[in-house]
Amino acid sequence: MNLILKIVFQRLGLGVLTLIAVSAVIFSAIQMLPGDFASAILGQSATPETVKAFQHQIGLDKPAVQRYWEWIGGVAHGDFGYSFSSAGSLGGGHDRAVSDIIVPRLKNTLILASLAAVVAVPCALLLGILAALYRNSFFDRFVNSFSLAWISFPEFFIAYILMLYLSVKFQFLPSLASVSNDSGIGDYLVKCALPAMTLVLVTLAHMMRMTRTALVNLMSTPYVEMARLKGASRFRLICLHALPNAWAPIANVIALNLAYLVVGVVIVENVFVYPGIGQLMVSAVASRDIPVVQACALIFAATYILLNLTADIIGIVTNPKLLHRR
Amino acid sequence: MRKPVFDEASPLLEVRDLRIEGQSDDSWHEIVKGVSFDLKRGEVLGLIGESGAGKSTIGLASIGYVRPGCRITSGQVRYKGIDLVSAKDRDKRALWGAELAYVAQSAAAAFNPAHRLIEQCQEPAVIHGERGEKKLRDRVIGLFQKLSLPQPEALGERYPHQLSGGQLQRVMTAMAMSCHPGLLIFDEPTTALDVTTQIEVLATIQQIVREFGVAAIYITHDLAVVSQVADRIIVLRYGEVVEEAPTTKMLSAPEAAYTKSLWAVRKLDKQEDLAAKPILHLRDVDAGYGNSIKILDKINLAVPRGRTVAVVGESGSGKSTLARTIMGLQPAFAGTIEFDGMELPLAFKQRSGLLHRRIQMIYQSPDTALNPRRRVRDILSRPLQRHLGLSGEARRQRVAELMSMVELNTRLLDRFPSELSGGEKQRVCIARALAVEPELIICDEVTSALDQIVAEGVLKLLLRLQQQIGITYIFITHDLATVRAISDWIVVMHRGEIVEQGPKSQIMTPPRHAYTELLFSSMPEMDPTWLPRVLRERQSAGIAQNVSAEMSM
Repeated sequence: MNLILKIVFQRLGLGVLTLIAVSAVIFSAIQMLPGDFASAILGQSATPETVKAFQHQIGLDKPAVQRYWEWIGGVAHGDFGYSFSSAGSLGGGHDRAVSDIIVPRLKNTLILASLAAVVAVPCALLLGILAALYRNSFFDRFVNSFSLAWISFPEFFIAYILMLYLSVKFQFLPSLASVSNDSGIGDYLVKCALPAMTLVLVTLAHMMRMTRTALVNLMSTPYVEMARLKGASRFRLICLHALPNAWAPIANVIALNLAYLVVGVVIVENVFVYPGIGQLMVSAVASRDIPVVQACALIFAATYILLNLTADIIGIVTNPKLLHRR
Repeated sequence: MRKPVFDEASPLLEVRDLRIEGQSDDSWHEIVKGVSFDLKRGEVLGLIGESGAGKSTIGLASIGYVRPGCRITSGQVRYKGIDLVSAKDRDKRALWGAELAYVAQSAAAAFNPAHRLIEQCQEPAVIHGERGEKKLRDRVIGLFQKLSLPQPEALGERYPHQLSGGQLQRVMTAMAMSCHPGLLIFDEPTTALDVTTQIEVLATIQQIVREFGVAAIYITHDLAVVSQVADRIIVLRYGEVVEEAPTTKMLSAPEAAYTKSLWAVRKLDKQEDLAAKPILHLRDVDAGYGNSIKILDKINLAVPRGRTVAVVGESGSGKSTLARTIMGLQPAFAGTIEFDGMELPLAFKQRSGLLHRRIQMIYQSPDTALNPRRRVRDILSRPLQRHLGLSGEARRQRVAELMSMVELNTRLLDRFPSELSGGEKQRVCIARALAVEPELIICDEVTSALDQIVAEGVLKLLLRLQQQIGITYIFITHDLATVRAISDWIVVMHRGEIVEQGPKSQIMTPPRHAYTELLFSSMPEMDPTWLPRVLRERQSAGIAQNVSAEMSM
C-alpha cells in the first residue's frame, strides 16, 4: 500500500512539473498569436492613446516574462485573473474573474463527459469481452465492422445524422442542448441526450476494439494454454486468465478517451450549441480573450495528465510484478 | 459423457496411426506421419528427438489437444477407451486437469503472472467442481511438502515471478498432480534449467511417478535425462517413429542408424594439449554493470595460444559477463587484460580496429546475431571490406573460401538468414568471425540452441579450424559433453568468481572443489541408475540439495 502511495505522489509531482512546462508553452504560444486584443476590442477608430491606456489597464504593457510570473503565481493560488472582454469601463463592462466564467462551463462539460463515460466505458468493456469470447463469430464480426464504421465517420457527421433522425424526423429529442444554470436533472438528461450519444458512439468503438485486441493477444500466451489444459472454459480463460493481465492497456485507452470527452468536445459542443468549456475556448480565441484561453488550455492539460496518471496507477496496481517485488 | 467399457488390462492410452498437419504460409504440411504407441498404467514413456521431430505435438495430441495452426487429420488417441480425437470439446475439458495433466517447458511462462500460486494450483480442482477452500488448500500444501518445496505453507501466497525457475517447475508438477490424474505429459520440463536445478526437478518427477503410480509421457531432446525417468523410449524423427525399445535396451543396443548417431554425439573427446604460450592473460579483473554492481571478482586467467579454454558454470555465474569484459563491451573496473604480450585498453571504444579484428565473438543465438534483412553474401562481405579492405574479385573469392571452410554450399550466399536452418546460421556466424582472420574467438554457448547432431557438426568444424589455422577459443558452455569434446583447460565459475581451474584431465576427474563436484555430478549420465545413485551419494555426504543457493526464499 505504501508503495502505491509513494508512486502516486511521485507521479503527481511529475504531473505538476509537466503542468508548469505546459503553462510556459501555452503562454508563449499565445504571445505568438497574431493581432492585438486592445485594438480588436476598441475598433479601428481608437486613437493610439486610447489603446495604450487600455493596454495599461489590463496589464498588457508589462514585459512578457513578468506577465507570465504574475499569471502562474495567481494560478497557484487558484486565481486565473480577469477576463479581458469584461475589463474595465473602456470595454463597457465590469470586471469578471476568469474562474467565474469557466466554472459553470466546466461543470456543463463534465456533466456531459460523465454522462457519455457512464454509458460508453461499461458498454465498451462488455462488448470487447463478448467479442473476444465469441471471437470470429457473427457477433464479433458485426460489432467489429459496426464500430469501425463509427470510428471512420467524423464526429460532426454522426452528430448531424443523429440529429436528423432522432430530432428532426422522429422528434424524440431536442436538437439543441441549450441547458442553463437552473436546469433540473431531468432537463439536463433530455437536452444532453444527443450530444452524449454522439460522444458515446465516437469513443465506444476505440475502447471496445482495444479491449478485444488486448484479450485476444493474451489468449495465445502459454499460461492461457495451460489454463485450457486444466479444463477451464472459454469464459474462464477470458475473464480470469486474460482480463487480469489486460487492465494496463485497457486503462490506457480508456484514459485517452475520457480525456477526449473533456478536451476534444469542441466540435460536438458547437454542433449542439452546448454551453461547455470547448465552446467557451473557441469564442475566447476569436475575441482574443487571453486569460480565458490560457485557463482553458491549462485545464485541458491538467485533465490529460490526471487521467494518464490514473491509467498508470491502474497498470501498476493490477500487475503483481510491480506491486510485489521479489 | 458416455462411458465406454474400459478393460483394466488394456493399455491406458492407445495412439493409433496418428497424423497431424501444421499450417505454414497458407498450406498444410504433415508434421506427424502415422505414429502409434501404447502406454500402460504407471508406465513412463520417453519421447526423444530433435527440434521439429513432432515430440510436443504428439505429446499434446495424446491428451487430445492440438495447438492453433495444427489439425489431426486421421488416427485415434484412446484414453481409457475414449477416443480423444473425435471427443467434443466439452468432454475433453472434463478430462483435462482432472485425468490428463500437462507440465510445460517454461514454468515462468505457463503460470499466470496475475494470480498467486496457491490459486493456480487449486484451479484444476475448482474447475472440476470440487469445493471447500480449506480442503483444497491443504491438499496443495501437502503436495508442496511432498515435493520438499521450501516453506510449503507460505509458498502458495507468492506470485510466479517471485520464485526461481526450478522451484516453479516443481510447483507446476504439484499443480498437475492436484487432481491425481491418470496421465501426465512432461514437455521438456528441465530444458530451461541449470543442471544443478534440473537434478532436483528430475528427482521430483521420479518421486511423483513412483508414489502415485501415474502414467507419464516425458518429452525431451536429452538422452541422459530421459534415461533417468523413462521405462521405454521412442525415438522420433521428422514426425515418424525411428525406434522403440525399453530404456536399458535402447541405451545398450540401439538398432537404427539414426539412434546410434544420436548416441555417438556424446563420445567426442579432444586430446588435451597445453604446451603453448598464453595469448590472453587476465589479471585481477573486476567487472560488472554501471559503476557499482560488481559481477566479476578478481578473475585471473591465462589462455594458451591455439588451445581451447572452456568456461563452465550456472546461469548467473558471470560467464557471459567475462566474455563481454574480454571483448571490452563491458569494460572492466579494475585489473589488466594482456593480449599477445601487450596490455589491452579495457573499453572496446579505445581499442584499435586491428584489435577488434584479432578478437572475435560468436553468440548463442544465430537468429538474433545475424541481420535478417541482409543476404549471407553481404553478411560475409562487410567485415572483409571494412577490416581487410578487400573488394571485387578478391572479396568474392574470399567469401567462397569462407563458405567452404565452414562446409556450406555457395548456393546459400544469396539467401536471407531466415531461409537457413539453425546449424547453417551458426556456420554463417562462424564464417563471419573467421572472415577477418582472428586469433581469438569467444564462443558464447554456440551449440546450446542447436540439436545434438547439428551441434556435433559445429563442434567438429571448430576443432578442425583450430587444427588447421591455430585459432584460440574461449568456450562458454554449461554442457559437460561439449566441455569434454572441445577443451584443453577448464575454468569453473560460480557467482562471479573462478572457483577452480586446471587442465581438462585434472578437472574432469575427482577429487575436485566442492562446487565443481556439485556441478559436474549434476550433469546427467546415460545410465538409468545415475539419478538414484547421485541422490544417495549426496545424502550420505550431507550435501543439501539446495547448495546451488539461488533458491534462497
